[in-house]
Amino acid sequence: MSPRHKLLVALLTAALLLAACGGGEEEAAPQASGGASGGSESAVEVSGPLFAFGFGYQSGDEIAKVRIDRFREEFPDARVTFSESGFEEQPFLSALASGEPPDMVNMSRNTIGTFIARGVLAPLDDCIAQEGIDMGVFYESALAQVTVDGTVYALPEFLNSRIWILSNPAFEEAGLDPQNIDLSDWEAIADANEQLTKRNGNRLNRIGIDPKLPEFLPLWSWANDTPMISEDGLTSQLEAPGVAEALEFSNSLHEPAGGRTQFLDFRDTWDFFGEKNQFAADQLAANPYEQWYLNVLADVSPDVDITVRPFETRGGEPFTWSDGNAWAIPAEASNPEAACAFIATMTNAETWIEAAEVRTRNRNRDNEPNLGVYTANREADEVIFEDLNLGEWPNFEQAVQTVLEVQENGLSIPPSPAAAQYEEAWISAVNEVMTGGGEPAAALQAADQEAQEAIDAAAR
Amino acid sequence: MAIRSSDPQQQTSGGQDGGPRAPQRRLTGSQRETLWAVVFLSPWIIGFLIFMAGPMLWSLWLSFTDYDPLVPNTNFIGIENYQEMVSDPNVRISLWNTVFFTIFNVPGTIIIGLVLALLLDRIGRAAGFFRTAFYLPNITPAVAVGALFLLLLNGRDGILNQVLRSVGLPGPSWLNDPAWIKPGIILMMLWSVGSTVIIYFAALRNVPQVLYEAARVDGANAWQQFRSVTVPMISGAIFFTLIINTIASLQLFTEVYAMFFGSQQSGAAGEAALFYVIYLFRNAFEFFNMGYASAMAWLLFAVIGVITFVQVKTSKRWVYYEGGE
Repeated sequence: MSPRHKLLVALLTAALLLAACGGGEEEAAPQASGGASGGSESAVEVSGPLFAFGFGYQSGDEIAKVRIDRFREEFPDARVTFSESGFEEQPFLSALASGEPPDMVNMSRNTIGTFIARGVLAPLDDCIAQEGIDMGVFYESALAQVTVDGTVYALPEFLNSRIWILSNPAFEEAGLDPQNIDLSDWEAIADANEQLTKRNGNRLNRIGIDPKLPEFLPLWSWANDTPMISEDGLTSQLEAPGVAEALEFSNSLHEPAGGRTQFLDFRDTWDFFGEKNQFAADQLAANPYEQWYLNVLADVSPDVDITVRPFETRGGEPFTWSDGNAWAIPAEASNPEAACAFIATMTNAETWIEAAEVRTRNRNRDNEPNLGVYTANREADEVIFEDLNLGEWPNFEQAVQTVLEVQENGLSIPPSPAAAQYEEAWISAVNEVMTGGGEPAAALQAADQEAQEAIDAAAR
Repeated sequence: MAIRSSDPQQQTSGGQDGGPRAPQRRLTGSQRETLWAVVFLSPWIIGFLIFMAGPMLWSLWLSFTDYDPLVPNTNFIGIENYQEMVSDPNVRISLWNTVFFTIFNVPGTIIIGLVLALLLDRIGRAAGFFRTAFYLPNITPAVAVGALFLLLLNGRDGILNQVLRSVGLPGPSWLNDPAWIKPGIILMMLWSVGSTVIIYFAALRNVPQVLYEAARVDGANAWQQFRSVTVPMISGAIFFTLIINTIASLQLFTEVYAMFFGSQQSGAAGEAALFYVIYLFRNAFEFFNMGYASAMAWLLFAVIGVITFVQVKTSKRWVYYEGGE
């Protein structure tokens, strides 16, 4: 290239850079964030395009719409757009690899540790200061999932809790009291399972208790006082005898149904989201499940007769396994201040309360039970659930109260640098045991080795 | 690319110095045709180099590294990924599942495809409707096929088991019993036999009727006509479907992923549905072991290459090409 050409290229590059820098000048004067979005003391520029990945925004979702509308109203110069689907690794990797990361990302708190360990997500220290966010309002179990070495990397959004859902008619038919059955006593659970299971010859007509394996093994393991991973997420504890014992017991709950295949074949036929769901159709007596399913039941079969109880340790302590999504900002995001204002708005108490009020109005208008919105923001929950009126649906009133009480005792899986591989390892072990391919202790020991190798490699 | 003129005057004109020039070789008609063919193919060739060969070579390089797309540093680790594959039980399991599936799916597709094509060939004017009907599964989205077969193959109330029970047979648990998961997947994939049927049907229409007439004159019965006339005359089509169905079977992914690994994150099928490309995908995009996944991709490439080479070599014994040597 001749000197003349080099000069030309340099000038062209400079011109392009100037043009790029000058683009924002056409925007209206920047607004200061803060106020309703969290009470920031510092004024920062909140403008320009913002792309949110993993949110899959649909305007039919009132809880999402109200919060987004609020951000748009407060910061009209920020033009926020959304990916069409929920979080998926493949397009997220493509965006990162192409040097065009999204401005903010919504992902599961169970796998966020993988991205934190690799430096993909920015620490939120500056963001928390910018927006004046009080991190104390978030539930501890949620905050623990997004905090590594004392640094917060994401703002928790929803709070998902696991509780027991029991079918009152099924329990009454079996002569059991759903309010008083001792759910900390595994022998009592096994006996109840026998009594609640209904068969007609070889045909299974009702599952007594669905242990929700393999995915709920952590719940059973916590109930047996044995966390499956260390608090720092760096040491797999799958080989602990308490985990194997929890697996052995929970897997044994398939037996009265005639074994795992009959159990699963029957479960696969359920109209899970429909009017003839497993509780309405008397196909299931009890299972531990995420609390969002109560919203499904309230929607499709509001008169279903259920009791909700907290999961309990074998020592009788109520607890729940909490998780959910979180909002984070990629380290290479191009508009981090505006992204910060967005994620703060999406998770602050005022916005949640406003969204919940809209839902309440909509449900009241349609005369449908309103079970509230389970956020990771305790301050928001206190207001949202204070005025909840479920007098017409006492079954759900009791359910909501149970969820609210137990979510204060939430346990969560700590952020691990190899979250997906760790999960894959224990799920494979559970499947091996469920399909009769191995003994719990041996399968979990192999899984433990596999998981630890993956964690060590990722941590390096 | 310069294309030499075929004008004799231009080709024999002198050089700038006016001295004698070395005689220039004139392109033959065949060479000119080849040259033009290359010119017209060049868009594809350039696309292939940029979008296929380039990424392939890049992935070959990645297979010798510990590349993680989320980590800035990539280290050359020699053949460690390949060594790890030898000791990785999931590679063995997924490879076996894939080979098992291929062994049954490819002959099944060929046999059923041929039977259906023979029927189509005989039913005359109604063939058009059935051609469309047989081909419809091929244009059904793979994820929809997976979802559909979750219903059809349900061990309790699925249509298949209802039919089996109606004739007194106990229906197995196609989706949850590890012993029956692969047969269930084979059944599902045989449903999409339509493209093979169409290829055979076209090949059957090209078999000269005079050969059948001669065979009948010689006293050949239907089976003998099929064996000695039909099969040799469509052996080229059979060979083609053998190759493409083998490759497709070894790369099975979407339907099985949708059935057992997509929304059904619990992976209730366990290892029975862990096919090679699924494990490769999970390594690449869920575990971020892109270097290892690249090594797995090259192993699959080698396996496909060897199988295809054997198929091509053995084809000389049984594939008949009209006008061939």
